Amino acid sequence: MPSQYYLFLGFALFCIGVMGVLMRRNAIIILMCIELMLNAVNLLLVTFSKMHQNADAQLFVFFIMVVAAAEVSVGLSIIVLMYRKVRSIDINILNRLKN
Amino acid sequence: MNAIVISALLGVLMMLSGLFFKRSAAIQWTAIAGSAILLIGSILELIPAGQNKMFYGMLELHHVSSWFNVLMSACVMLYILLFHRSIAKVGRNDAEYFALIFFVMCGIYLMSMYSNLLILFLGIEIMSIPQYIMAGSDKENIKSNESALKYFLMGSFSTGILLMGITLIYGATGSFDLLSPKFTAVFQSGADPSSLAMIGVLLLIVAFGFKTSSSPFHFWTPDVYDGSPTAFTPFMASIVKVGVFMAFIRLFHLSFIQMASHWQLMMALMIALTLLIGNITAVYQQSVKRMLAYSSIAQAGFMLFAVFSTNQTAWDGMMLYSVAYTLSTLGIFAVLIKMKDYTYDGFKGLGKKEPVLAATATICLLSLAGIPLTGGFFAKYFVLNAAMEQGLWIALIIFAVLMAAVSAYYYFKVIMSMYFYEGDAELTEESNAVEKTLMIMNAVLVILLGVMPGLILNH
Repeated sequence: MPSQYYLFLGFALFCIGVMGVLMRRNAIIILMCIELMLNAVNLLLVTFSKMHQNADAQLFVFFIMVVAAAEVSVGLSIIVLMYRKVRSIDINILNRLKN
Repeated sequence: MNAIVISALLGVLMMLSGLFFKRSAAIQWTAIAGSAILLIGSILELIPAGQNKMFYGMLELHHVSSWFNVLMSACVMLYILLFHRSIAKVGRNDAEYFALIFFVMCGIYLMSMYSNLLILFLGIEIMSIPQYIMAGSDKENIKSNESALKYFLMGSFSTGILLMGITLIYGATGSFDLLSPKFTAVFQSGADPSSLAMIGVLLLIVAFGFKTSSSPFHFWTPDVYDGSPTAFTPFMASIVKVGVFMAFIRLFHLSFIQMASHWQLMMALMIALTLLIGNITAVYQQSVKRMLAYSSIAQAGFMLFAVFSTNQTAWDGMMLYSVAYTLSTLGIFAVLIKMKDYTYDGFKGLGKKEPVLAATATICLLSLAGIPLTGGFFAKYFVLNAAMEQGLWIALIIFAVLMAAVSAYYYFKVIMSMYFYEGDAELTEESNAVEKTLMIMNAVLVILLGVMPGLILNH
């Protein structure tokens, strides 16, 4: 199977993630879309690593996974904090609160 | 290397100090002593010239970056000295707040001395994640929660874009190491890099634009800086932002300088937009804290000039701007945090009631506006001069000077309220003699930079 397929899949997943962040209004779904972006990058890195015959990028993937885990733990706790206050995780409610 | 190891260890130590010390004062003194150790550690690292590689070429301690580390350590020490009582008052977990500050510093040191894109990514993340927590640390306040959520979503989105940029550059070069032959063959051979590499660089500009709050990626900034606890806003707006700019200028001047003509157009547009939106919106703000958030966007526009112009003067301008802007921001926020009412009306009559506070605020505001004899003047002079030496984009420089004049309007509005209006400026607490001495010291430093900028530059 040529590695271009993986590249196209990676780019497609990344674009889906970006569109999701821009269009969805639910904080958890936005978080999932950000994770999708990071995992698309992981897939691309592994593919490029295979193409260049070089293992650096595979190491990079491990770092991305660790950082993503740390980020999600902070992010979910922020969302929980928000939910306790306003009983909603819709990010539109933030703009309504301001006025 | 000293600075990185010490700041990470201090972060852990501060977390543990919450277990050992029951009194908040003891924790605060540990933090102050820690920042002093950090300063000493980074001074010991100062090297006169030349280059020094560490960790298998992952880090490269250039003399500019070691000097930058010393200056930032000194600034964070001043920050902790000025704000330690307010930081401890934000919530119940005072030890953890100081720990977060040291972790952020660790990320900033990594970002000032990386020579591998992996370290750039780790530095940005180590710097960002603690900040999400700091923004939301006032748990009872809905505005603080909102700012944390907004900062988190925008920050991790920009991380995804940064990673995509790094990945595309890896795809084009086959290496993450900025100094490796494979990397320099693509970016520094003089030939145009492939479109894959170009898109990668473009995405990196977007990601840095998010982190430095440059237009059109600035929209999270006012809400986050306004909603975060006032004790943390000066840290986020000054030291952190300057650290990101150091990473920005390092990457673009050391690695992508050959293809400058390709990214300079985009950056010029970013500068023009940032200056316009930052300054014009700041004019219409009612709250001084929110005005300062917009003014920090405007100041980012001037700092972008240093990245924009690819010459040695730009580095000097960057160093001077970093210190002058950080000191001025710390000074004005040290006054702001004492105020009960953050609107312009809240400042009325401060000049009579608290002359020291009002004088410090005045000097810092003059410096932010770029009035001669303060640090901000030479900072602006150097970055604009660097752009002038390029010989192109004269219209952009004239526009920047005009915008600096606009900025004087909203900075002077605060000064007017303090001195020319009758009123009873209410304070949340009286500042003690130590704090007043520190404020005076801060103001003196700002003026000293305006008289002798060589203090920073001759290194």
